[in-house]
Amino acid sequence: MPQQEKVIFEYSTPGRGAEDQWPQDPGEAALADLPAQLRRAHPPQLPEVGELEAVRHFTRLSQLNFSIDTHFYPLGSCTMKYNPKACNQYAMLPQFLARHPLAPESSGQGFLECMHELQEMLKEVTGMRGVALSPMAGAHGEFAGVAMIRAYHRSRGDAARNEIIVPEAAHGTNPATATMCGCLVREIPVDAQGDVDLAALKAAVGPKTAGIMLTNPSTLGVFERHIAEVARIVHEAGGLLYYDGANLNAILGKVRPGDMGFDVIHMNLHKTFSTPHGGGGPGAGAVGVGERLLPFLPVPVVGRDGGGYRWLDESDLPQTIGRLSCFMGNAGVLLRAYIYMRLLGREGMRRVGEFATLNANYLLRRLTEAGFDAAYPQRRASHEFILTLKRQARDLNVTAMDFAKRLLDYGFHAPTTYFPLLVPECLLIEPTETESRETLDAFVTAMSQILKEASEEPGRVTSAPHTMPVRRLDDVRAARQLDLTWKPTAPS
Amino acid sequence: MAFIPHTEADVAAMLAAIGADSIEQLFEEIPRELRIRSLDGIPEALNEMQVGRLMSARAQRDGLRLNFIGAGAYEHHIPSAVWAITTRGEFYSAYTPYQAEASQGTLQLIYEFQTMIAGLTGMQVANASMYDGASACAEAALMAVRANRKSHAARILVPGTLHPHYRRVMQATAANQGLKFEELPVAEGLTPLSALQSFEGQDVTALLIPQPNFFGQLEAVDALTDWAHAHNALAIAVVNPTALAILKPPGEWGADGADIAVGEGQPLGVPLSSGGPYFGFMTTRLDFVRQMPGRIVGRTLDAAGRAGFTLTLQAREQHIRRAKATSNICTNQGLLMTAATIYLSLLGPQGLARTAASAHARTRELVATLTRLPGVRAAFPGPYFHEAVLQFDRPVAPLLRALAARGIAGGLDLSPYYPQLGHALLVCATETKTAEDIAQYGAALAEAMAAARAA
Repeated sequence: MPQQEKVIFEYSTPGRGAEDQWPQDPGEAALADLPAQLRRAHPPQLPEVGELEAVRHFTRLSQLNFSIDTHFYPLGSCTMKYNPKACNQYAMLPQFLARHPLAPESSGQGFLECMHELQEMLKEVTGMRGVALSPMAGAHGEFAGVAMIRAYHRSRGDAARNEIIVPEAAHGTNPATATMCGCLVREIPVDAQGDVDLAALKAAVGPKTAGIMLTNPSTLGVFERHIAEVARIVHEAGGLLYYDGANLNAILGKVRPGDMGFDVIHMNLHKTFSTPHGGGGPGAGAVGVGERLLPFLPVPVVGRDGGGYRWLDESDLPQTIGRLSCFMGNAGVLLRAYIYMRLLGREGMRRVGEFATLNANYLLRRLTEAGFDAAYPQRRASHEFILTLKRQARDLNVTAMDFAKRLLDYGFHAPTTYFPLLVPECLLIEPTETESRETLDAFVTAMSQILKEASEEPGRVTSAPHTMPVRRLDDVRAARQLDLTWKPTAPS
Repeated sequence: MAFIPHTEADVAAMLAAIGADSIEQLFEEIPRELRIRSLDGIPEALNEMQVGRLMSARAQRDGLRLNFIGAGAYEHHIPSAVWAITTRGEFYSAYTPYQAEASQGTLQLIYEFQTMIAGLTGMQVANASMYDGASACAEAALMAVRANRKSHAARILVPGTLHPHYRRVMQATAANQGLKFEELPVAEGLTPLSALQSFEGQDVTALLIPQPNFFGQLEAVDALTDWAHAHNALAIAVVNPTALAILKPPGEWGADGADIAVGEGQPLGVPLSSGGPYFGFMTTRLDFVRQMPGRIVGRTLDAAGRAGFTLTLQAREQHIRRAKATSNICTNQGLLMTAATIYLSLLGPQGLARTAASAHARTRELVATLTRLPGVRAAFPGPYFHEAVLQFDRPVAPLLRALAARGIAGGLDLSPYYPQLGHALLVCATETKTAEDIAQYGAALAEAMAAARAA
């Protein structure tokens, strides 16, 4: 990998700039109508660099990253599958990019038709009755879902229901979302086999239960086998079931959340439907609902009116939880998901769940044969699985984090580390369906090699990585001596 | 199909390794009665050639030749380099930089972004992006409730001159946590200081101050900021980043500067794209950094003493703090922030100032051209920036339809949002519009008005 790259401000030369990109100077007279006390006195601190300097700088920065296009990226719970280039190319057709969100609907019928079909396809694959596309990430979809649950209870005069139940291994966004919606969180344990502890669930539900948030397959990488019973218990207590779609890739085309009894679901289109993760977004967190929550969907949603399409808003859905984005959410991301679904089609979608599961089970088997311990050895893996390196940490004094960092030297992005917290020294590994057997085998070889190093030359592992642009970073220093913006005088 | 590389031989060998007879057997833990056989509602697959034809046909049905709508999303020139680099696989197909050593590119870029956006707003610290301007505004209100220890009312004053959609998003996002939003009246397109008199002596948590406001009008930001601080309230600036090349930055408003600044980042290199993906930005005082939502990158040292970048202050975030996090936000709008950082590097302080000045000059030309027509006048007397409200002697909607038929998106009809303004239209021109474009709009509107008068 290339080594370090200067901060762009260090390339800055006063008076330089990519002038070919600038409009003509309209002259100071153009601003004569602006009162002086509202004007800026000093120019903002922005770099002054030529176009080639900027292009080279950002290209070099890109080369300091691992990505799906360059490396196997088995980051558990994130579904880092191949992002087809066609999805990007056709979502970026000039007419799509140029359209203003408030331009007349008549000038966006092609786009709206794609969005309407996307809503319909997402209903079909999830078994829900209605879909809204505007939430802009998974956590945003969670917010929409829990807000709908609250609105439903309120609409029935049942406003006391303000408790959201989550399993202790849930994604952090679940309890954080419950708080955002003004709910209290009740955590319940899972049993030794990774299923929800039904006795604990029965004890937790009651007249204050708004709902339960579940991921299935769970964050432990196994299918929640008692899902029908969980649904019965929560529904009988008057609560609703929320499906966290983070792991939808595992079951695509095999089983649908709507059929499992869920009332509301968010889908991470940047996971299951392969829109890019973009170094931390944009995602898209479309929500699907069953019959009971239909009136509460966030606006806008695409409706079909005679031969054309139009946005439905507050006047069409008077009980809506409201608007969550200034316009209609991450339109360009939704177009990419639409194109992906059309490329896959009915049969392709079934294959996604199948091959994601095949790859995970194969990788799990090969890694256990290589001497690693599955967290749930009695269970089938779903699309991902957890290894626990508790034994290695105890015997060799080499942690899961050390393995993760050493994997970088071998050219593999690390799996998710230390999540879920209830499994000690864990790696959450999700290969996805788009990886070949050869890549999985190479990953096993690397893990075996690191295990060997851990017993023969542990310092090599505990001080990894050795080949990245930087060694391990001092996170404590980062938080204590805050350096969040570049300053001309800052030491480097 | 489905981008799955397995051959039949691979599948057989892998199943043998697992000890399963079929892929189907791998799903044995899912109760049989829940399983589905097929997805009949999903169409058959298309190959890439077919998808290309389909999408091109759909795209060709869309769009108007000339756009004069602003209202929160602005058409600016985007240098080719911005998206050529942004869509490089190393940025496009990476994720949140959890493994810092393998993500220095993204991390350093966020640090550079934080520096640029803090500089632009005149504030000390920035985060790595929010979903969009409206959601950033809602998060700023929630943050103000945490940060303002002198206030217990969770009460936010919201000018009627703030984008109506932002007001709705704030309500939908924050009302569940008990925040109370109180709307301030509008006078001559502005927020009058007299509107605040009724709140004297009361517990107010924060005052939002849009600049320019939804109408393009310039608010008395110094006086509004000082009023907030004199009443133990925080000042939250809602700003257009392009305008900040010319206008006083929030950090310099009033005697002490605004406390939080947020806005829509779309003008910085992000295409209009029917509304998204865009990104929100948020900056604040260093004192409040621990109350901020979202990702923040810091520079630190590695084990060899070299500078490097990492996610920091993560104890604020949902994956650590869970129910006590500052927000539930996880995935943000990283790729758009990437585009904006490249955009700002290519524009620099001079290019951004020229863009702002040029957009303003074009809007003034547009206003001058259109108000020469009988029955059209500027709605407000005060100064505006690169967007303005016109008042008509007749309903705007039919005129907009006539303009659309000529390929012109003529602006936003304000009557559904502000019926008290009568027949009002919000228009915007940016540096992308030529004198000829503006003349075309003028001619088309003159025809449409003449036709409407004759009808």
